[in-house]
Amino acid sequence: MRTHYDALIIGAGIVGAACASELAQAGLHVAVVEQEIVGGGTTAAGMGHIVVMDGSLPELVLTSYSQQLWAELLAERPADHEHLACGTLWVAADAEELAEAQAKQARYSAHGIASRLVAAAELYALEPLLRPGLAGGLLVPSDSVIYPPRSAALLIERARNHGAQVISAAVCALRPSGVLLADGQTLTAEAVILAGGIRSQALAPELPLRAKQGHLAITERYPHIIRQQLVELGYIKSAHASSGDSVAFNVQPRPTGQLLIGSSRQFDRSERSVDQAMLAQMLRRAVEYMPALAQLTVIRAWTGLRPATPDGLPLIGPAWQRPGVWLATGHEGLGITTALGTAKLLAAQLLGHSAPIPAAPYLPARFDKETAHG
Amino acid sequence: MAKVNVVINGRPISVAAGSSVAAALALAGVTATRRSITGAARAPVCGIGVCYECRVTINGQAHRLSCQVACAEGMQVVTDAAL
Amino acid sequence: MQRFEIVVVGAGPAGIAAAVSAAESGAQVCVLDAGAAPGGQIWRGGAERHSRTAARWATRLRQGQQISVQQNTQVVAPLAAGELLVERPDGPQSIGYDRLILATGARELLLPFPGWTLPGVTGVGGLQALIKGGVPIKGRRVVVAGSGPLLLAVAAGLRRSGAEVRLIAEQSDWARLLAFGAQLPLDPARLLQALRLRATLGRTAYRAGCWVEQAHGAEQLEAVTLRHGAQRWREPCEQLACGFGLVPNSELAATLGCAINAGAVVVDYAQQTSVSGILAAGEVAGIAGVEAALAEGAIAGYIAAGRPAQAQPLLARRAAARRFARRLEHTFALRAELRQLASAQTIVCRCEDVHYAALAEHPSWRSAKIHTRCGMGPCQGRICGAATSVLFGWTPESIRPPVAPVALATLITTSSAHSINLEEHV
Ligand SMILES: Cc1cc2nc3c(=O)[nH]c(=O)nc-3n(C[C@H](O)[C@H](O)[C@H](O)COP(=O)(O)OP(=O)(O)OC[C@H]3O[C@@H](n4cnc5c(N)ncnc54)[C@H](O)[C@@H]3O)c2cc1C
Ligand SMILES: Cc1cc2nc3c(=O)[nH]c(=O)nc-3n(C[C@H](O)[C@H](O)[C@H](O)COP(=O)(O)OP(=O)(O)OC[C@H]3O[C@@H](n4cnc5c(N)ncnc54)[C@H](O)[C@@H]3O)c2cc1C
Repeated sequence: MRTHYDALIIGAGIVGAACASELAQAGLHVAVVEQEIVGGGTTAAGMGHIVVMDGSLPELVLTSYSQQLWAELLAERPADHEHLACGTLWVAADAEELAEAQAKQARYSAHGIASRLVAAAELYALEPLLRPGLAGGLLVPSDSVIYPPRSAALLIERARNHGAQVISAAVCALRPSGVLLADGQTLTAEAVILAGGIRSQALAPELPLRAKQGHLAITERYPHIIRQQLVELGYIKSAHASSGDSVAFNVQPRPTGQLLIGSSRQFDRSERSVDQAMLAQMLRRAVEYMPALAQLTVIRAWTGLRPATPDGLPLIGPAWQRPGVWLATGHEGLGITTALGTAKLLAAQLLGHSAPIPAAPYLPARFDKETAHG
Repeated sequence: MAKVNVVINGRPISVAAGSSVAAALALAGVTATRRSITGAARAPVCGIGVCYECRVTINGQAHRLSCQVACAEGMQVVTDAAL
Repeated sequence: MQRFEIVVVGAGPAGIAAAVSAAESGAQVCVLDAGAAPGGQIWRGGAERHSRTAARWATRLRQGQQISVQQNTQVVAPLAAGELLVERPDGPQSIGYDRLILATGARELLLPFPGWTLPGVTGVGGLQALIKGGVPIKGRRVVVAGSGPLLLAVAAGLRRSGAEVRLIAEQSDWARLLAFGAQLPLDPARLLQALRLRATLGRTAYRAGCWVEQAHGAEQLEAVTLRHGAQRWREPCEQLACGFGLVPNSELAATLGCAINAGAVVVDYAQQTSVSGILAAGEVAGIAGVEAALAEGAIAGYIAAGRPAQAQPLLARRAAARRFARRLEHTFALRAELRQLASAQTIVCRCEDVHYAALAEHPSWRSAKIHTRCGMGPCQGRICGAATSVLFGWTPESIRPPVAPVALATLITTSSAHSINLEEHV
């Protein structure tokens, strides 16, 4: 086995897998070091909603750019990703949220993202099980759903086809121009890319990452009882809160006919155990929007840890004060969507190409206490 | 012996009180409770409510365990095969 | 929320013995059981009718002044500490406890072979349970296969119900069975039991070193291919009852944080699990049969009720029962050929139709699960998890609530304490 690489990626979650695929295709000698299994971290716990979000301008830019990249990738073999082109229906409960839907529509259209306001009558035609009395919604047809661990595995497969090597080992320390493995071996690389998700912090304690735990529940199969991924507009408030616990109505149809029900956000719960009270609160929220859900059978509930940064944007680019180390982490609740954009941005910086979208908002250096202003 | 009447895939049948829905299906000559996700016929296996092969729709509710539910008067049972 | 000093989950022999012993020691006891009547697997359909021992226990349970027996009650998940979420026909409930005794029993080990998913193929105890529920068997040709003493007990029951038992195919070989049998006369009760079984079984063929290689049929079982040494033949039948022993139902214990080893809840000499205040008894703590279940249950009941002295005299009985169980385990150890029965196209995960070949390329249960959906269906790996641990040596990963599929409405129930907080939140 070789022990020197052009690029060594720590982590084979969706982000590490996307970076591996991108860099290997660019002709680099790539190694991916994964301590568990491909796509088995937060990637296996997420919803797999490929969604445009506009919590901030950089978020909108990165998610919409990434969504285009997904469209290209999915076009090749959609079934293998368990792709479902279901779109998102943002649900407005009242006039205030309907106004928010309108504002959202305007922002999307300014960025060339197709979306359509839906009046109350059409809302029920689209999704008859929604509770009566809702104000309307916004339909975003380009959003879709995949199965993240499968996509991670396919990206890794593509990287392999371009010569990348997947090494089953745990990295226990970052070393100048390389990494130390748990078995004592050292691997060296021109660039070390840290894509360890929430566990990146174990190798780089200075990273401003906090775990935002999320719960999900999956039902038995009930084909076609909902058609689009349904999210309450209040979700945006919930998703961007920087403290406190919150829940939002967020229900996804799976290609299997199952319903995946989210979502919750809790800070600083590091265990993976299910918090029965939070699960109950989340499901209650879902039933408030869709009473018929109460009768469905739930077969499993689980949690995942979103790697969150203080400003809600990922860390993509060179690590500060760690020459040779690059970061691709901190994707919080959007890492499935933004993995592909992340890989392009990282590759552009690494190879000195021009970036496809402005790289500045995601540069890790924004959190460098030594140089940051103000 | 006391009897209860149930309807299986639209056809009425009378069975001994206390019979499971799985028993009523067998007595009605319905050998498969469900179709697997690739379309194969399946029937009860474990008898104790852990394998989930005996799932049927009872009174409109999908995914009930026919080996664990006792027949009740007027119960409507539908199997995948009949859908 | 209802609250009890001692809550027992499971009303099989272990749970009944635990509840009776605790209540007779003065504790307030509640028994939660998913079945329609107390009895568990072996005394299914009414302990009274099963045997004198069973009837005695059932009477003590019924007459217990301080025992609340709640049937048709499924424990779904732990709520806050000291509280369980249960689903009952009249809706969800939360049940509080000071001490908890887990007596959730076992299920059968079912192993995949070509054709095992055909209607007409069941477990061994599984067929017995289905018949007790009223499934007709009279006049049907049945092959009973797999391994263990359950094969004989069930075959005898099948004969009594009018089935035509074509053959009992025990995978273990005569050498082991005879070595085991040579020890039986030491135990008159067991000898008697064996003789009775023999009498009921009459001339039914019993083949050791024999197993089913394949089940045949289009939409329904028509025949099985049996293997006996170098011999291989096709046996026409409408039913195949095939099971390879038992695996503990340790999922609830796992969600409560109890240590599990080789599938069974780890207990100390006093039936206490690794979690303080939680005890376990019966098959959930290791497959050891009904005698052990009764002794362990009674010990757990006395310990939980604060009467260790009462438990003392039962220790010898438990030890004897466990010794016997170890002999059984050795006698009926699974032969290597059984791991080779599945072909590449044989379905292993019945819920999600995952084939053997798709699994074989994975290094672990978790990897297989995430990438093939094996174990992601409603049985949540209860069947395929045990099978893959035999086939591939995998250990199933972390257990998540609910312990069994439940109505979403049930999961909305939280403890009283929590719901107050939640109201403030909303
Ligand atoms: C409940 C929930 C719902 C979500 N829904 C969505 C959604 O709908 N859409 C969306 O876009 N995003 C969603 N997300 C977010 C998304 O899942 C994450 O942002 C994304 O999975 C992060 O991927 P990652 O590759 O950074 O991390 P991970 O998937 O955690 O991968 C990191 C990998 O690195 C490995 N690793 C770490 N340290 C080491 C080391 N020292 N040595 C070797 N290997 C190491 C780990 O084993 C792991 O496999 C959701 C998240 C949650 C929790
Ligand atoms: C299908 C089957 C048939 C069997 N038949 C025989 C036989 O004929 N002869 C023989 O000697 N042995 C038989 N056995 C073996 C038998 O299980 C044991 O010897 C004995 O019954 C063990 O007693 P127990 O109390 O540990 O568990 P069990 O008798 O298994 O009792 C466990 C009880 O707990 C309940 N339970 C489990 N989980 C939950 C939950 N989450 N919430 C609420 N209730 C729950 C179950 O419904 C069950 O009533 C059989 C086993 C199986 C699986």
